[in-house]
Amino acid sequence: MTTFTLGSAITEGLRKAMEADDRVIVMGEDVGALGGVFRVTDGLQKDFGDSRVVDTPLAESGIIGTAIGLALRGYRPVCEIQFDGFVYPAFDQIVSQLAKIRSRSAGSLSVPLVIRIPVGGGIGAVEHHSESNEAYFAHTAGLRVVSCSNPNDAFHMIQQAVLSDDPVVFYEPKRRYWDRGEVSPVADRQLHQAAILKEGSDCVLVAHGPTVATALAASVAAEEDGYSVGVVDLRSISPLDTETLRAVAARSGRMVVVHEASTFMGIGAEIAAEITESCFFELEAPVLRVGAYNLPYPPASVEDAFLPDVDRVLHAVERSLSFSEER
Amino acid sequence: MSETHRSNLEKWLPNETDREGQPMFQMLAPDGSLTTAGKSIGVDSDLVRGLYRDMVLARRFDREALSLQRQGELSLWLMSWGQEAAQVGSIRALRDSDMVFPSYREHAAALCRGVRPADLMRQWRGLAHSGWNPADHRFHIYSLVLGTQTLHATGYATGAVLEGSDEVVATYFGDGAASQGDVNEAFNWAAAGRLPVLFFCQNNQWAISTPTSTQMQTPLHVRAAGFGLEPYHVDGNDVLAVHTITGLAASRIRDGGGPAMIEAQTYRFGGHSSSDDPKRYRSEEEFDLWTARDPLARVEVFLRTSVVDDSFFAGLELEADELAVSTREACKQLTGQTLAEIFGNVYAEPHPLIERERTANAAFTALVGGDL
Repeated sequence: MTTFTLGSAITEGLRKAMEADDRVIVMGEDVGALGGVFRVTDGLQKDFGDSRVVDTPLAESGIIGTAIGLALRGYRPVCEIQFDGFVYPAFDQIVSQLAKIRSRSAGSLSVPLVIRIPVGGGIGAVEHHSESNEAYFAHTAGLRVVSCSNPNDAFHMIQQAVLSDDPVVFYEPKRRYWDRGEVSPVADRQLHQAAILKEGSDCVLVAHGPTVATALAASVAAEEDGYSVGVVDLRSISPLDTETLRAVAARSGRMVVVHEASTFMGIGAEIAAEITESCFFELEAPVLRVGAYNLPYPPASVEDAFLPDVDRVLHAVERSLSFSEER
Repeated sequence: MSETHRSNLEKWLPNETDREGQPMFQMLAPDGSLTTAGKSIGVDSDLVRGLYRDMVLARRFDREALSLQRQGELSLWLMSWGQEAAQVGSIRALRDSDMVFPSYREHAAALCRGVRPADLMRQWRGLAHSGWNPADHRFHIYSLVLGTQTLHATGYATGAVLEGSDEVVATYFGDGAASQGDVNEAFNWAAAGRLPVLFFCQNNQWAISTPTSTQMQTPLHVRAAGFGLEPYHVDGNDVLAVHTITGLAASRIRDGGGPAMIEAQTYRFGGHSSSDDPKRYRSEEEFDLWTARDPLARVEVFLRTSVVDDSFFAGLELEADELAVSTREACKQLTGQTLAEIFGNVYAEPHPLIERERTANAAFTALVGGDL
């Protein structure tokens, strides 16, 4: 076992992917000599050259649009979008072009392309640098949307994303880039599978990306109060591993979904609907959601109050546990 | 600022930048006579006959498709009427191996690449979102979100450079699409990387009801030059001029000269689509003016007064009529995918939600008697 930070685990995963297949091309703004603003591509240009690690013009639609052209030619581009809030100029190229080329061509064209996006808040950034926009892309058929939460997953999931013949939006929790952890040599599950990090008989927390650590901390705190609260790391947002979600919901009877994005029309709402329908008679309480408030991302000085933290998660767990008593 | 102060400052600045652009390159005048350039460069009569044939067949196909739309056989048709010279002249000057990324009105170009009439109509009969496999024709599927394909062409050309290929990647777009960010990003991207892209604008004067004068202040080829593309300005209704300029531009690109942009002045004789009514926004005088510049008529005059006898025209008319008949038959025989098949075309790899909904759809279909 080797330990890596989450960011450097992605770097090593990319290195492996590039060694394994010379059609893999890393491209984006400042990904070359600088190694990206979060240094995730650090050293790759030195090792693979500037035709495989490409500094592009500053144009997000251009990055995705030209990467589509490369993918149509048989390359496997890995595009870096510098920050979550900068992906919108590329929205059309992602949802109308990338996602649909396969179905529009009746399956004759494939676009194996990875879009890496540092996501979420909690780092005291200025506006447009802290958003959680997974749901926009998860709502579009043709895309796969995944989110890593720890170094081991980061290392394996980025390689699995590159190997996928479908376009993958790969979210990287930017406030966890510096978290350190062990990385195993072999992946323990497929890209679309969720991971049960902790079983819990009273309630289960479902999180992804940056809120997995929050959920784990909340679980520990709940344990101190005498409650057994499990944690599931979604890992994949589209497709959702509904099989795993149904199993844990049925076992504990209570579920709380935690994400950084606003709750309205969000991933938590989808999971709540899914679980309500499939586990209706096993549930002790409705599936609850803890997310950001339905506001534009606020200035950094108040982001701690805006983002779901351990206390807000515990508050939701308490509401879930007391729900049947309230009736 | 006082006028004196301003004129003092202006003394230090260069004279006004040239924004007028190039005169339009022409070889065959609308009356069918060769221009000075045409005479000097010379004309290959076999080539002219071939280009004329392509244009006549394309126009006949287009007319038949519009008739089919009027009779309810197609839900929509986007007419290429009037733009035959721009499309045929350009695509015939490329190698068949050069990849092309079209917009959605490039029927004449598509036919030259061997796309079957039936496959061109599939999309507009509501049966599919495209009609052919791009690999078979080196001709990408149509792009309906304007200008998006210019970036795909640019990326595709990046791959050509990586492989040391001498191919040219061509992309078609219109004057309206030139206002899109993607087109301008592609111009800049291709120029910055000196990529082998040929941007071909069919400036047909109208973006639905919006004239080019509303889209831009500076002629497009002048704008392209500002991006660092080699600019060309050509009479898009003169198939010889388009063929010659495209051949020149492609040859320079192939030799490592960097990307180029051709602005071809042409005219959309029909509406934007079969649903459009151009009488609401443009004058009969304008239509008549462009009718006098028809891309086919001038070549016919040229051929009749020089090298070709009546039997050529009679034979071509017969061929066009046969194409119309076969187009009509093929249209009616087109079949599309079932919803069940479409479930299989969204992802390359298994996807649980897709599988679940495919199963649910099959079960529901069986429940209601298999005939929704």
